[in-house]
Amino acid sequence: MGDVFKALADPTRRTILDELTNRDGQTLFELCARLVSIHGLASSRQAVSQHLDVLESAGLVETRREGRYKFHYINTKPLEPIVERWLGKRGQT
Amino acid sequence: MRINLASVLVDDQEKALRFYTDVLGFVKKHDIPMGDARWLTVVSPEDPEGTELLLEPSGHPAAKPFKDALVADGIPWTMFAVADVHAEYERMRGLGVRFTQEPTDMGTVITAVFDDTCGNLIQIGQMKS
Repeated sequence: MGDVFKALADPTRRTILDELTNRDGQTLFELCARLVSIHGLASSRQAVSQHLDVLESAGLVETRREGRYKFHYINTKPLEPIVERWLGKRGQT
Repeated sequence: MRINLASVLVDDQEKALRFYTDVLGFVKKHDIPMGDARWLTVVSPEDPEGTELLLEPSGHPAAKPFKDALVADGIPWTMFAVADVHAEYERMRGLGVRFTQEPTDMGTVITAVFDDTCGNLIQIGQMKS
């Protein structure tokens, strides 16, 4: 779970997850364009690529190759232990 | 000085000519035999004396890795202007064109990205008034 918190600690990475929530399955180019045009985050393509690597290693982003293209998808599974640990047991004693 | 020519690297000139005319709606301007290849240009019917697009063979050994790397990251190297991105998206999808990015509002411009079937991604853009 440590990797998940580390991945979520960065605001750009959280914004990337927001954008994948708005539209799942984006290319690196589209994500970069959305970050700069919608959020004013002018990160370099290399920086966004590195952020995606961190999110992927935490399991929050999955990449799929479709033929010659590569798309990025959000995976919320690694967030479920957080819900179960602190929110799922509320009200129970 | 003005820009009179821009190039796209295409894997097959004949296939490219069909796509750029039949699907995109450009018209052929020059078609001159040049040994193995042709000096093959198209223009927009909206601006037949305007900038020509050269359908340049991508036979140079550097071309394929360059194009493959751009496509993998979804990067369109070339952009065309359209009046209505959503309408073009629907029209072209009806013709079987594959889009890697749906029409998206980017603030001052609406863009979409499609595969030209010749090894390139192309962006279409509509400036918002």
